[in-house]
Amino acid sequence: MENKHQTNVTRFFGSGQNALIVILGIFILYPFLASNYFIDIAFFFGIYALLGLSLNIVLGEVGLFDLGHAGFYAIGAYTTAILNTKFGIPVLLLLPASALAAALFAFAVCSPIIHLRGDYLCIVTIGMGEIVRLALINNPFDLTGGPNGVFGIDFPAVGPFFIIDSSIEFYFFIWLVVGITIAGLLRLQKSRIGRAWNYIREDETAAGAAGINVRYYKLLAFVLGAALAGVAGNIYASKLMCVSPESFTFWESCLMFCIVLIGGMGSIPGVIIGAAFISLFPEIFRPFTMYRMLVFGTVMILMMMFRPGGAWPRKRGGPPFTALLAKTGENDA
Amino acid sequence: MPEPDRRRDSRIILETRELTKIFGGLTAVSGFDLTVHEGEISSLIGPNGAGKTTVFNAVTGIYRPEGGKIIFNNEDITGKKPHQIVAKGIARTFQNIRLFPTMTCLENVMAGQHCRASAGLWASLFRTARQKNEEKRAIEIAESRLRHVRLQEAQNELARNIAYGSQRMLEIARALATEPILLVLDEPSSGLNTRETEDLMAFLKDLIRRENVTILLIEHDMNVVMGISDWVTVMDGGQKIAEGTPEAIYHNPRVIEAYLGTGDEEEA
Repeated sequence: MENKHQTNVTRFFGSGQNALIVILGIFILYPFLASNYFIDIAFFFGIYALLGLSLNIVLGEVGLFDLGHAGFYAIGAYTTAILNTKFGIPVLLLLPASALAAALFAFAVCSPIIHLRGDYLCIVTIGMGEIVRLALINNPFDLTGGPNGVFGIDFPAVGPFFIIDSSIEFYFFIWLVVGITIAGLLRLQKSRIGRAWNYIREDETAAGAAGINVRYYKLLAFVLGAALAGVAGNIYASKLMCVSPESFTFWESCLMFCIVLIGGMGSIPGVIIGAAFISLFPEIFRPFTMYRMLVFGTVMILMMMFRPGGAWPRKRGGPPFTALLAKTGENDA
Repeated sequence: MPEPDRRRDSRIILETRELTKIFGGLTAVSGFDLTVHEGEISSLIGPNGAGKTTVFNAVTGIYRPEGGKIIFNNEDITGKKPHQIVAKGIARTFQNIRLFPTMTCLENVMAGQHCRASAGLWASLFRTARQKNEEKRAIEIAESRLRHVRLQEAQNELARNIAYGSQRMLEIARALATEPILLVLDEPSSGLNTRETEDLMAFLKDLIRRENVTILLIEHDMNVVMGISDWVTVMDGGQKIAEGTPEAIYHNPRVIEAYLGTGDEEEA
């Protein structure tokens, strides 16, 4: 029964157990073979994977153009930074708190704009992301430390003895979180919630007429996506031990957007590929820094032209990004 | 005109009272009264721009009417959201087919079962026994509806890849999967060939005989309207100009005038 609507993803992870074991093996062995520098690169690959997965819920599953996702990421990071440095609350305890803060923020900000379609929503989310960043720079209530940000964030401590403080531990920490997230998202994809998201992406009016509470599921996507971005913010803050507004620019939102587009909308393996591309690309091109953005832009253009469904589109189909773009002007009913 | 006995015996399932919908300066529907009796096939006809689809959109919650009331199953549903109206038992199809193109036929039909299930975030994440049962039921109902419209072979095909006529039936299957009391079809035969139209008529007649459902449809094909309707309501210029049995409507001079214009105009 279940085979009938299995996606590429589940087929890959479900029956292709060999592939999974190989990948897991590489992931576990990698930090013991690589230098700290390359372990850190893999850590940031994990952060981008988590951010990509979080935006994928909003952009990939529901088809909502969110170009302000760095705002949620920032809320998570600053929640951790402020509560840890001012009140000494352990960073690990702040993980759910950061998720909650970002989720509540998303709920408050997105409730009034959730009915906007396509490019209209996109513009508003860009504004939202920028407002968050500017607010952080303006140092409200002397909390955010202005352009300098907040320093001296603790490492995550599991009990009194085990503190996550080395590159290798952070590496396992982030990928454990990514792994749990993937497991959860795969389950959601195969539930009525995941399908409801996809129905809305495919045709909002038809989804409503088929009995989907469009507003509720759009908000749920934003809230869940923001919560995951908040988690990423928490881990990022504790890894760097400091946060500043320049880590949460519009450019970060763009990178997340690219991760989802490169990988394939709504495709979880796609997001991982996209995150790998975004985080490894600058390293590969380090010798030719000057041409990096040129190549990056060319790659994006070529992607849109020749593989609009992404590098690893979800097997069931999954719309190419261009199809969603074409729909954005549609404002009937 | 005398009402047929059948209509007098059954209760009213859907009623619009003084329904009015205004777009900017244009009054698309003004003071429109419609009654649909339980267990009948009721047609809403009228020339292009008469306001038929607007009435449908108001009844199914896509538009909020400026005036009037919509009573369904003895309950005022005016201004309710589409998904709430579906949950109450009105399911619809669209004039220009609206499916979920890059999802499978089975997933398309399963959409109808969404409002009959309740699993939330936690139940879906942790796969509770109840959630599994709901999923199983949704798949079973969707499969049986696909069989009903003879699309079981195509259940894993993407909706955009199946033939046009099949897409129409798939949309009807999706509507039926919501377990509706009232099925609202907006021009179900448009774009279908003669053969497919006949199949559709047989399908609807069979549906109304076998299941506890009422059908309201907009239709341009007079063969369909005369062939399957128990009752016909005629609209023109946002108002009701006539209603009655198909035979009565067929000979009604006002209806003929609305469709063909008066003799004078034709001369001019």
